[in-house]
Amino acid sequence: MNNALHPPARPQVARLEVEDLHVRFDTDEGSVLAVNGVSFALQAGEVLALVGESGCGKSMTAMAVLGLLPPTATPSGSIRLEGRDISGLSQRELRAIRGRDISMIFQEPMTSLNPVFTVGHQIGEVLRRHEGLGRKEARARSIELLDLVRIPSARTRVDEYPHQMSGGMRQRVMIAMAVACNPKVLLADEPTTALDVTIQAQILDIMRDLRQELGTSIVMITHDLGVVADIADRVVVMYAGHVAETGTVDAVFANPQHPYTLGLLGSVPRPDLVLADVQDRLAEIPGVVPTLRQPATECVFAPRCPRADKTCLVRMPELTETAPGQRAACVHPGPAEAEQREAVRV
Amino acid sequence: MTSISATATVAPVRRGSRLRRRFARRPTAVIGLFGVCVVVVVALLAPGLAPYAPDASDYNAILQPPGTPGHLLGTDDIGRDLLSRLVVGTRASLTAGVLATLLAVVVAVPLGMIAGYYRGWIDPIVSRVTDVVLSFPFLILAVGLAAILGPSLINAAIALAVSQVPMFVRIARGEVLSLRETEYVQASVVNGAPTRVILFRHMLPNILNPLIVQATVAIPAAIIGAAVLSFLGLGVQPPTPAWGTMLSDAQQYVSQAPWFATFPGLAIALTTLSFNLFGDGLRDVLDVRMRS
Amino acid sequence: MTDAVLEVRGLCKYFEVPRSSGGGRVHAVDGVDLTIGPGEVVGLVGESGSGKSTVAKCIVRLLEPTEGTVRLHGHDVTHLKERRLRPLRRQVHMVFQDPYSSLNPRMQISDVVAEPVRMHGIARGRRARHLVGEMLERVGLPPEMHSRYPHELSGGQRQRVGLARSLVLGPSLLIADEPVSALDVSVQASIINLLLDLQRDMGFSCLFVAHDLATVEFLCNRVAVMYLGRIVEEASREELFKNPRHPYTQSLLSAVPLPDPVLQRGRRRVLLEGDIPSPVNPPSGCRFHTRCPVAELPLCADADPQLVDHRRDRHVTACHLVRGDGQAPDVTRGADPVVHHKA
Repeated sequence: MNNALHPPARPQVARLEVEDLHVRFDTDEGSVLAVNGVSFALQAGEVLALVGESGCGKSMTAMAVLGLLPPTATPSGSIRLEGRDISGLSQRELRAIRGRDISMIFQEPMTSLNPVFTVGHQIGEVLRRHEGLGRKEARARSIELLDLVRIPSARTRVDEYPHQMSGGMRQRVMIAMAVACNPKVLLADEPTTALDVTIQAQILDIMRDLRQELGTSIVMITHDLGVVADIADRVVVMYAGHVAETGTVDAVFANPQHPYTLGLLGSVPRPDLVLADVQDRLAEIPGVVPTLRQPATECVFAPRCPRADKTCLVRMPELTETAPGQRAACVHPGPAEAEQREAVRV
Repeated sequence: MTSISATATVAPVRRGSRLRRRFARRPTAVIGLFGVCVVVVVALLAPGLAPYAPDASDYNAILQPPGTPGHLLGTDDIGRDLLSRLVVGTRASLTAGVLATLLAVVVAVPLGMIAGYYRGWIDPIVSRVTDVVLSFPFLILAVGLAAILGPSLINAAIALAVSQVPMFVRIARGEVLSLRETEYVQASVVNGAPTRVILFRHMLPNILNPLIVQATVAIPAAIIGAAVLSFLGLGVQPPTPAWGTMLSDAQQYVSQAPWFATFPGLAIALTTLSFNLFGDGLRDVLDVRMRS
Repeated sequence: MTDAVLEVRGLCKYFEVPRSSGGGRVHAVDGVDLTIGPGEVVGLVGESGSGKSTVAKCIVRLLEPTEGTVRLHGHDVTHLKERRLRPLRRQVHMVFQDPYSSLNPRMQISDVVAEPVRMHGIARGRRARHLVGEMLERVGLPPEMHSRYPHELSGGQRQRVGLARSLVLGPSLLIADEPVSALDVSVQASIINLLLDLQRDMGFSCLFVAHDLATVEFLCNRVAVMYLGRIVEEASREELFKNPRHPYTQSLLSAVPLPDPVLQRGRRRVLLEGDIPSPVNPPSGCRFHTRCPVAELPLCADADPQLVDHRRDRHVTACHLVRGDGQAPDVTRGADPVVHHKA
């Protein structure tokens, strides 16, 4: 190739870039800081997992990206979709984007689908709205989409109502609706949590296929580390609204930097390890996830951390590169050996 | 052992103070509570608060307008002080309202709970009877029963109670039906607890919230019902003052002495409004509690 | 087995669907045999519609079986009236799934744990308080928490209270119905560890009902897999996980994602097509044949397979295609790393 004729490649603009996102909730009992300075970037065709337990702020983050937060929530920070800032958009402007450039699927397909309309009608509505398709074309396209998500007999099922379908089928309809306009980004909030494990396997496989065929970037929100290992390329581990650790899935699982990640990984029963007599007790993380009402003045995980010492109480650690390609918000990052040290308990 | 995980815990906040705080944030609810307290206090202290005896007539001061010296709210057609009659009349109205609701609760809640828990043959019977009673318009039923039973405060309360029963039965039955399937009730069965323990220890305290909310709606409805009954001459009999009776007396004088009818009417309206606002606030606060 | 703590034979539980909703019968449990010996922890695994929770409820008589027998320490409790059943309830108790509804919100947790003690007249006053306090501490709740109400506790703590309540009388059998499914992952770990410790200390038998295979494999000695109201395979945990024979068991095992990306990528995964059939109209013959990757018609659609102990090693399977020597079809064969099988 003659380089003179081809200009140097521009740095890839991330499909979705979230920078320093904060979400504050006002409740009857004061304000709650649900998301605290979360940043991540999603590249084209990538699957990024946001993993954490309840109260870590992962769902709030997704709602903030789509502008779906309730009026009691105040977000701040920047959200860029292919370079375009969408954090300040009005609801009307956001409606033009939702379903077309960026869409979302939720945990409970039954409550996300309207019971009085057929599934064909609901998928068609997205198409009619964003792509201006007529009814006949929308119906034809709906059938194609149902095929894409592997619903058998799509031609007849397109006229069925949500209650006539099983949970797994409904979730596929949700996915069909979400990818109808071939969005750049798909946010999936615990899409398989409410499903049986054999159905979950089917859904994850469909999502993998979609990423392959349509090039959709996916943000997978989940608490299940197995799902993360199965489908994600990179992972962001969240705790109390902060990012605890981030990196490629292979790196983070093989070489977890943050004690919370280590605790999470150790708390999952592993049949292969049990049978090899390696795991005879599960790792426990004592205490409960805190609800932050003030910005953190110490490491949020310190009260529960086996490695915590005085240096952890000075301030909330920044996310820094602690291993090649991996970043963690920890003053004592690293693998388990670090826990052998005698730490002064808080 | 694993006790470390137990100590770092949710900060214990007693239910009562949390509810009180939530309630205090709703101004309409507080206003309602204030109104209810005023009415209750007036009813309790009635004879002492009234400047005159309620049946003391002064033929020299018939249909005096409000502001006449000695008669803050004016007088009625036989010279009785309206303020005094209003104050003493609070007793009749409040008593009828509260008594009616109390009677309804005492009858309806056990009935509803038994129907909901045992189901079997009792449930369809209770449900059908409830449906029949419910299909009669509230006031028509109350008036009809009061007419049959004869005019008196107690009979008025009974008549009103009968019309209230269906709503309480429905609530009690519905709550018990859903609670039957909750795990703590199942756990109690597995504990070997007899039915009475389950009904009284586990179910009853947990169905109180919707019952309380219904009561705060039922009481003002009963107060209005009592006023209607006494308007028709079916409640407390003269000379005991009652707001409804006052309204009835004032009918002929509406153009001459509008204040005669206005004040009892206002009393009924404000009392009802207070209970309703209080009830709304209570429901909001308790609902949130139930959800969490 | 005369010293069996629990013996279930031919258990069936059918529910009638009201005519207004279509009529018919839900075959929630359709012929289950189960035996649990002293100190044994047996896992009962299945997906939606498998009937595992119904089995659990029939054992504690929250439901009355339609057919079959349930024997506790040799006593037939299948259709016993509540009054005769009550004394036997001392021996078996249950832990429930939802920490938020398994405790009466209006009762202090010490009262919650005291209820079984009072109901069975075991102790009163100070002695009862002592028993309760001891049990609560044993599950990791210090004395200052004993007068708290459930809403003042976290999900994990509530589940500990549930455990305390079910074990305070030292029953010989604990039925655990999905006790950790509603908890966060790290909290699940502490409850599972606690259950393990308590079982080792107190020596009770346990029926652990769950949909999560990994947890079951961690805790249990033996595992039974259920599908649409029947047990399709039962074996020791090592056997089940190393040599699963039934095609459903193999599919189930392969569907569980391992939290190890390298391993997970290298696995041969079986994907079943279609949905789990409705228990109102279960498929004829072998219930799994409509989704089975290796079903052979017309055999599998006509005949109902029985549980057979092929190699006399207490590994039983209900499948026509498992040969006399225990050789089972390998459902994971196929060219692709992900094996699709049509319904």
